[in-house]
Amino acid sequence: MLCDVCKCNDATVFLTQIIEGKMQKVNLCDACSKDKGVQDPTGFALADLLLGIGAAEEIEKGSATQRCPVCGFTQADFKKSGRLGCSACYVTFTEALTALLKAMHKGTAHVGKVPQRAHRAGELSDRMRNLSESLQKAVAEENYETAASLRDQIKQLEGELAG
Amino acid sequence: MSNAGEWLRGEGPHHQIVVSSRVRLARNLRDRAFPGWAKKAERSAVLELIKPRLEKLPEMQDSFSELLQDLSALEKQVLVERHLISREHAAKSAGSAVIMNRRQTLSIMINEEDHLRMQSMRSGLQLKQAFKLLDKIDTALEGELEFAYDQKLGYLTACPTNVGTGMRASAMLHLPGLVLSELINQVVQAVSKIGLAVRGLYGEGTEAMGNLFQISNQTTLGEKEDEIIARLTKVIETIIEKEHDARQVLIQKRSNTLWDQIGRAYGVLTFAHAMNSKEALNLLSIIKLGVDLGAFPEDKRLAIDELFMDTQPAHLQKTSQQKLNAEERDHLRAEIIRTRLKVFPKPDISKLAKGAGNGSEPTPTEQ
Repeated sequence: MLCDVCKCNDATVFLTQIIEGKMQKVNLCDACSKDKGVQDPTGFALADLLLGIGAAEEIEKGSATQRCPVCGFTQADFKKSGRLGCSACYVTFTEALTALLKAMHKGTAHVGKVPQRAHRAGELSDRMRNLSESLQKAVAEENYETAASLRDQIKQLEGELAG
Repeated sequence: MSNAGEWLRGEGPHHQIVVSSRVRLARNLRDRAFPGWAKKAERSAVLELIKPRLEKLPEMQDSFSELLQDLSALEKQVLVERHLISREHAAKSAGSAVIMNRRQTLSIMINEEDHLRMQSMRSGLQLKQAFKLLDKIDTALEGELEFAYDQKLGYLTACPTNVGTGMRASAMLHLPGLVLSELINQVVQAVSKIGLAVRGLYGEGTEAMGNLFQISNQTTLGEKEDEIIARLTKVIETIIEKEHDARQVLIQKRSNTLWDQIGRAYGVLTFAHAMNSKEALNLLSIIKLGVDLGAFPEDKRLAIDELFMDTQPAHLQKTSQQKLNAEERDHLRAEIIRTRLKVFPKPDISKLAKGAGNGSEPTPTEQ
């Protein structure tokens, strides 16, 4: 049996993990198992390794030449390490990552702690969306007085968002 | 740093079975390359930005703060054995640091896999309390540092497995009863099925050393922090119950086997002159069980708990203040154990039943 990672040496390390009834198996050669930290147990999680391999397949669906504009990271780099380059990579490679995250986690959206900064930004953008919708409605109804007042509020909010 | 942290001195709730609880949060700075991808200069810049802000935290007054390049290989290994830094972090040098409080209940790694890995440790089952402290520190830091956060995905981390809460909560459980009654695999499988991970003391599949098992959450996206912790705590409480049940059954149905195990562990530890760390952990685990069951006096508990840590390879070398090869370590380990067990009385089998105290009176069969 060949190693799942390098696909050239005979596999000597066999790993099995069961999560929520789904069994995942990985076979590795000695060199790859060392490389992936299998013989360094604290730093190793089968999930990381499995996801590393699966992730590479997922991400190949996207364009191979795509580069993160912030840190220059590419999909080939992700295939190698199973780690991303910077926080902006989540935007750059969003298409490939969506399926991966779905398979990996309980849900697809964060429901936990929100940092204060993001919380404020979230509230402001919600208010902005509401105001824009009301403005469109007011214009459609030819209610120009309301529209003018809404436009002023939007301008003020834009100022807050920029600050 | 000469003594192990207070979380090791088992005093927390359920401390007989839950050795320790730990929670860690992963955080990164926005639009800065993650440590694994960053160039050396970028890593140093992040370090200089973060480190002074951590040292300013009220929780970090009188802290131990070191750059990884200033620590020797042995010092790093001691920190790994105390679970204060990860093995991965110990391999780091320039551009990485660790800050921990004197009590060693709080440790923050800078530029591990993520810019920040904050960890809080407690004795016994106290995941909620451990998280509360970290949450407070995290909130204090977010006023000064802009963390990478996405409205939909939550906190962004180098590895997609940590995205969302960035939180990993885990407890170290001592489960000799379930191992001796061969029920442990069932428990491990059941726990794995509900999306939690089980690992040994330092990783590895189900054959853990010293009957120690780490249980932690596997997923971080789509569930609130306190929900994850509540779920994990509930599962751990069930395992504690199962462990108590297994011990009761052993006392009632297989008391000869149980006493034989305790007697043999005592005999070997008291007289051996060479012992590797796996054998030491496995035998110490049985003595610890003996204390739980009343075969040894309660006031000997701390001595055993300390031996778990003090017989680890780096701790041995730290004690002897020299580098030792495996054979020398095995001799020194046996010597330390023999010396400390000198004050230990022989196991008192007549106390076994009372110590386990669950109402039912088992009838010990004399041999």
